[in-house]
Amino acid sequence: MTTAAMTPHRPTGAAGQERFWRLVHAEWNKFRTVRGWVIAMIVAIGAIAVFVFAATSVSRSCGTPASSLSAARSGSTAVSVSTACPPPPAGPGGEPVQDDFYFAHQPLTGNGTITVQMTSLTGQVEVSQAPGGAPQLRPGMQPWSKAGIIIKQSLSQGSAYAAMMVTGTHGVRMQWDYQTDTPGLTGSVSATSPRWLRLVRDGSTITGYDSADGTHWTLVGSATVPGLTATVQAGLFAAAPGNPNTGATFTATGAFRHIALSWPGAGWTGTNVGGSGPNGVPLPGRLRQNAGTLAVTGSGDIAPLAGNLNVLSAQRALAGTFIGLIPLIVVGAMFITGEYRRGLIQVSLVASPRRGRLLAAKAVVLGMVSFVTGLIAATLAVAVGTHRFARTGIPVWPVPALTEARLVVGTAALLAVAAVLALAIGTILRRSALAVTTAIVLIFVPYLLATKQTPQAGPSAWVESLLRITPAAAFSVQQAVPQFSQVTAIYTPTGGYYPLAPWAGLAVECAWAAAALALAYYLLRRRDA
Amino acid sequence: MSLTARVAPPRYLLGQALHAEWTKFRTVAGPSWLLAGAVTVTVAVGVAAASVARCSSAACGIDPASVSFTGIYLGQAAAAVAGVLAIGNEYSTGMIKLSLTAMPRRLTWFFAKATMLTGPMLIAATVAVLGSALAGRLILPGHGFTPAHGYTSLSAGADVRAAAGTILYLTLIALLSLGVAATVRDSAVAIGLVLGVLYLFPIAAAVVSSPALARHLQQIGPLPAGLDAQATIGVKSLPLTPWQGLGVVALWTVGALLLGALVLKFRDA
Repeated sequence: MTTAAMTPHRPTGAAGQERFWRLVHAEWNKFRTVRGWVIAMIVAIGAIAVFVFAATSVSRSCGTPASSLSAARSGSTAVSVSTACPPPPAGPGGEPVQDDFYFAHQPLTGNGTITVQMTSLTGQVEVSQAPGGAPQLRPGMQPWSKAGIIIKQSLSQGSAYAAMMVTGTHGVRMQWDYQTDTPGLTGSVSATSPRWLRLVRDGSTITGYDSADGTHWTLVGSATVPGLTATVQAGLFAAAPGNPNTGATFTATGAFRHIALSWPGAGWTGTNVGGSGPNGVPLPGRLRQNAGTLAVTGSGDIAPLAGNLNVLSAQRALAGTFIGLIPLIVVGAMFITGEYRRGLIQVSLVASPRRGRLLAAKAVVLGMVSFVTGLIAATLAVAVGTHRFARTGIPVWPVPALTEARLVVGTAALLAVAAVLALAIGTILRRSALAVTTAIVLIFVPYLLATKQTPQAGPSAWVESLLRITPAAAFSVQQAVPQFSQVTAIYTPTGGYYPLAPWAGLAVECAWAAAALALAYYLLRRRDA
Repeated sequence: MSLTARVAPPRYLLGQALHAEWTKFRTVAGPSWLLAGAVTVTVAVGVAAASVARCSSAACGIDPASVSFTGIYLGQAAAAVAGVLAIGNEYSTGMIKLSLTAMPRRLTWFFAKATMLTGPMLIAATVAVLGSALAGRLILPGHGFTPAHGYTSLSAGADVRAAAGTILYLTLIALLSLGVAATVRDSAVAIGLVLGVLYLFPIAAAVVSSPALARHLQQIGPLPAGLDAQATIGVKSLPLTPWQGLGVVALWTVGALLLGALVLKFRDA
């Protein structure tokens, strides 16, 4: 009997759906007829789109070369000398790269194999003396100091390549075309524990092998390097990236023995790839020959130009998202707290006795309006931003269309979910000021604490965890430039690098919104209005 | 008798206004809870920040005072809510009409409101700052902040200045919020504006590409300027000196209070 009595009040199926959409329509009418809320949406769009002009306002001056990472310390480091910035070389994918190293090379026409035994990798660091004194070299190694064998299209910077190398602390690696890195044998190299490296070129495929004894070989990786011409340069190389925190310059020296070429060798030529220009090697390298051992010394790095302040991307155009969040959160909270304040909630609940449905209708309307607002704002910002990047003098990282779409849609989703989170918090707290504060604090304070710079150090593990578990994690959906673990650079959230994968970060924010909505639903049903 | 009332000196009126506001303050549960909350979150975040801070070498460059006082990132939000609600609640409940009927001199009423916010806020901020400093003093030496690493004394002049600066900062933020709330008359909009002004400047300074613009944003934003007031090391490289930083916050507060007073005086409530 109870069931029968309740049925008329709880329509299901098509009738229920129709009632829900009528409710959505009613909520939409409430939203669009409050002038302040519509103005807030326009303010959000304007703020995000206009902030692009501030975010891309100037001009990096070039006192130091683009590849010098000392300029990349933090947002506040000023580079004093102003000269025109020479653009960095572009890699095969059009991405800005650093390509300076010492190359002992000879031409290879057609297919061929190069095999070497490496018996040591040592390094030196340039230590500046008292003012006026010449810099001194002391032993010093970077984790990604490297030496090994390389097959490269040409001696020009940015050309395609594949290389096998031993590194400072990361064992044997195979790397190709700047962005790809594959591990081989682990452990460091020494005379008692040498490393054998081999590169085989077959058309446009280059395959790398390593071995600890010269007889048992292991495949490390196989690279397809498009655009290799018949004659390429093959040989030995060495490079050592600088320390991004101190700006210290390093060199690396690799000792090579038992060098075997499958083609008639023509003798080695030594070249500092990149020369000594602003994009060139920090310290010139050299080639020494001694009783069957070739020692190659070089400085610089072969790597994509990533890290804080080194590159710009479409992500920078969306820097105003923070500003847009504030009006959206205020409106999101007021969408429900306003009803409590004016007593309208009682009318709303009489009209829609199923309270969960009212909350859902509000969430749908608010989410849709915020999403569209965010979509317009992000599209405008990216369109304006990409046109203004050239003015800054900072190299631009090319963002594929799909990634750009993820940035725009992700930003819209980030804003919409934040507004819905504010709505849910507003339903729980029923007080505008408390709800707005809670929502803003949940998103902004973790971000601010995580980006609070301590000199000499990137974010520590606990600080990084703030960007994994709080709603601020959602900003990872805006990351456009990948973080390369094999590239020595500073990666911080202010530079656009987040600990979570793009959609995972957004999912964390969604989980917060879902949990808050669930609690709001429970309280809305349980409490008197 | 009516004559007496007419010639009553303004001081007496102010005293009445203060007494009325004090009665409101102590008989409404909200403000006391908010201030207690401000103290709790400030100290709790300070304890958390101190317990994860590590200084492993002499040149680690971490400011122990700013670690201890990390809690103001959250504490100032509570202070802002307290400031906004002091006025915002009068408008949202309609109490404002009764208040202004009882106290037609609006600026006197506003002054009493500000005073009744400043006193308790100063006390709460002092408790929060002393609690954070005590926590830092107990925790930090065990985490490498030792004389060997260059941290000689935690009670030097700079530390006292950092503590006093943080107390004044929290109080100024509460007053700034009072002024904004009196200007816009809506709690939600007021708190959105205040927290936007507080939190957006440091974020904007971190993401603009021009170092000069970033420095200007750090100089004019109340939060970065207030953080300068609590620095004890590397003071020379800051965008502002500690007292200049506090001056910037004070300018924001005075501006907001003036605007609030003007709107209150010349607009219908």
